Amino acid sequence: MREAAIVGYVQGPQRRYAGAANESELIMPVVGEVMRQTGVTMQDIDFTCSGSCDYLQGAAFAFVEGLSALATVPPIKESHVEMDAAWALYEALLKIWTGDADVCLVYGFGKSSPGELRSVLTLQLDPYYHVPLWPDSVSMAALQARALLDSGAASERDLAEVVARSRVNALANPNAQLKGRPTVEQLLAEPAFVSPLRRHDCAPITDGASAMIVASGDAARRLCARPAWIRGIDHRMETGILGARDLTRSPSARLAAERAGVARGRVDLVELHAPFSHQEIILRRELGLANEVPVNLSGGALAANAMMVAGFDRIGYVAGCILEGKADRGVAHATSGHCLQQNLVAVLEA
Amino acid sequence: MANRAAVVGVGQTKHKSRHKEVSIAGLVRQAAERALADAGCGWQDIDAVVLGKAPDMFEGVVMPELYLTDALGGNGKPVLRVHTAGSVGGSTAVVAANYVQSGAFRRVLTVTFEKQSESNATWALSPRMPFVPHVNAGAGGFFAPYMRLYMQKYHAPEHIGCLVAVKDRLNACRNPYAHLQIPNIDLAMVQQSPMLWEPLHFLESCPSSDGACALVIADEQIAERSPNPPAWIVATSTRADGVMYAGKDNIHPKSLIACAKDVYSKAGITDPRRQIDVAELYVPFSWYEPMYLETLGICGEGEGWKLTEAGATAMTGDIPINPSGGVLSSNPIGASGMLRFGEAALQVRGMAGEHQVDGARLALGHAFGGAHSYYAMWVVSADKP
Amino acid sequence: MSDAREPVTGIEVPINLKYEFTAGAALARFLSSIREGRIVGQRCPGCSSVYVPPRGSCSRCGIATEEEVEVSDRGVIESFTIVHIPLPGNPVKPPFIAANILLDGTDMACLHLVSEVPTERVVVGMRVQAVWKPREEWGYTFENIAWFKPVEGA
Repeated sequence: MREAAIVGYVQGPQRRYAGAANESELIMPVVGEVMRQTGVTMQDIDFTCSGSCDYLQGAAFAFVEGLSALATVPPIKESHVEMDAAWALYEALLKIWTGDADVCLVYGFGKSSPGELRSVLTLQLDPYYHVPLWPDSVSMAALQARALLDSGAASERDLAEVVARSRVNALANPNAQLKGRPTVEQLLAEPAFVSPLRRHDCAPITDGASAMIVASGDAARRLCARPAWIRGIDHRMETGILGARDLTRSPSARLAAERAGVARGRVDLVELHAPFSHQEIILRRELGLANEVPVNLSGGALAANAMMVAGFDRIGYVAGCILEGKADRGVAHATSGHCLQQNLVAVLEA
Repeated sequence: MANRAAVVGVGQTKHKSRHKEVSIAGLVRQAAERALADAGCGWQDIDAVVLGKAPDMFEGVVMPELYLTDALGGNGKPVLRVHTAGSVGGSTAVVAANYVQSGAFRRVLTVTFEKQSESNATWALSPRMPFVPHVNAGAGGFFAPYMRLYMQKYHAPEHIGCLVAVKDRLNACRNPYAHLQIPNIDLAMVQQSPMLWEPLHFLESCPSSDGACALVIADEQIAERSPNPPAWIVATSTRADGVMYAGKDNIHPKSLIACAKDVYSKAGITDPRRQIDVAELYVPFSWYEPMYLETLGICGEGEGWKLTEAGATAMTGDIPINPSGGVLSSNPIGASGMLRFGEAALQVRGMAGEHQVDGARLALGHAFGGAHSYYAMWVVSADKP
Repeated sequence: MSDAREPVTGIEVPINLKYEFTAGAALARFLSSIREGRIVGQRCPGCSSVYVPPRGSCSRCGIATEEEVEVSDRGVIESFTIVHIPLPGNPVKPPFIAANILLDGTDMACLHLVSEVPTERVVVGMRVQAVWKPREEWGYTFENIAWFKPVEGA
């Protein structure tokens, strides 16, 4: 398989409400900036892939409008996944591995503010048996959290500790939406939101966009002094029927981590896409991470969670740390669906 | 550099207005099981699954790969969901081919579908946003002006579109999976059908169908010991440009010209009309056939309608187009592109049944989406490249 | 259970989702102008093309459009079709003419209605002018222009 590396990544502002900005107005600044930083022009790009979800902003073909943010004359090689842009990166890697592309632009955008996110996500369920019951996304996550607490694998204090650490870490992240220095005791004193979850256990609703340049071996070395090499990447799915799963486990995350080779070396940092605090605890276990490995130095999804971007941002953050020389080997994870149904794991190295 | 890949299984459902007897999961499963049977393999032999479909709003299911995991045998496997508007069926097949060509996986299942009867597609496409300059003239209202422009610019007689409709609909009568089958169709019937968007009559426009299509794509070793002949994937290509920009050519779109040029150069095609034995083109409205013939370089500018008129694109012509009956006869939008790609594979495998073009060795599959924005193509061959 | 009973083949699940759409910054400025009876587009700093309505970017050059340009409410028919079918939610009765109209001073046609002319008289290249609704009916919409009609004396 050909080598591939991330040579540039830009995250846009993460906000509860991006105002009037449309798709291309969200995308243009981050695409423009990542191209400026890497010195790549549209002519250099062999393949462009994006991730987004029409239902977030309630308009079919929202991603088509995204094309307006790019120079498309001459026409570009392009594709789109109706998923988190972490999978758009995967599609770009396929193009590099087959030899079809050397330099790829990948971006994701999510504007959840126009709609009712918790209900929109209900529509990811079986339309005949589950949607008519209208369980919302937070309630389903709460079922998982309850199962985890009841299994004895974690306590409410553990959840609060995840949140407290996210808030503190986010202080160093200029793009983070939520940050601060709450104590675990303060967090535990908060009332339940959807029991056992408190509001702070749930990721915020975020509008945002991010972009990345990924390149094959020689192109990456040419574009960047210290590329973030993608040494392993894999993604796995499991059933969408919550009742058929042991919600305290994530076998798909475990399998993806094994196949990506997480355990093959020391891990300097990990970014886990855990939109709910308890999911970080599940994922730590499935990825087999040592206790001392720093998790979510960016603040993670609890600090900002632009749908269809937040998983991609985990990869971007780890890549950024390697590009800047702050780390030599990192692990990034992205998830899709309810209760960690689908998971992608990438291992990045200097 | 890329590993060889071939289509070893093709499956589809009967396409019709309402598949009331199956759920969405049942529909995709039907197509997938037929593809697996053709490939002579079981669910356990599949390494990865790639799902494609057009807007989620057509069924009201967000990111349906999540709900369809069990139906697609996706547990514990990589599952990816592609959406590139109407061209999605084609670009999904390209991504699935890449899975194998990259060397990462050996045998991949790819499935596309649309079950429009479960929701209201017109509503999904026309959300009536208060601020959007709105002339609600339907899809034909957007495309018909360019067909008129084509007719005027190249002096194409009005009946050419009707000829395409007659040809494709007669071809559909040979295809048991086709949605519309009108055995007694003739020029007069098309011309007398209601005018929708001038110059398009009712019978020159695609139906709205429920249906699914699935392919099994495998590496060289597996392909060579498959029970049925493989269709070797010789070349794939995709191109896109913005929905609207100054100077955009909506008759001979730049993105399609670039896509064709790329796929031909990868496949070593220098004289498409002579070298390609059969083509399945995404023709949702009749006039796209002559326009595509020109854009795809099968003939010169302004010559497309003459080929259609002379019968060159008929089953018995020198460049048969859409022997399956095409999008004009079956249009499960998300699957329509993959049906073109799959039909091209069936032709070179010699497995197209009553609509087999004799001796087809090299075939072109083509898909189109958006406002002349998205194109995907592949060339498949009976001969290993 | 009685055999005469029809099997259940489906259920209706009404989905009601509320969205508060945003127009985008560029289109919002356009709508504010047309509220006042002026058509204001944007010029691409790369290729100098003027877009009406503006989308905030030029997808030919991939750059933001910011310079605002007021343009004429007259233009030329670039292409058209005669729509014969009624479409749900469309108040205009068929047959009606939908045309891509290139307004003077712009570089990309916009889709609008053409009326006050027999359908068989409409041709590509015909000069047309906007027919505005009465001022008291104006809102933040391109529909402040009821339709276009042939330019008198042209």
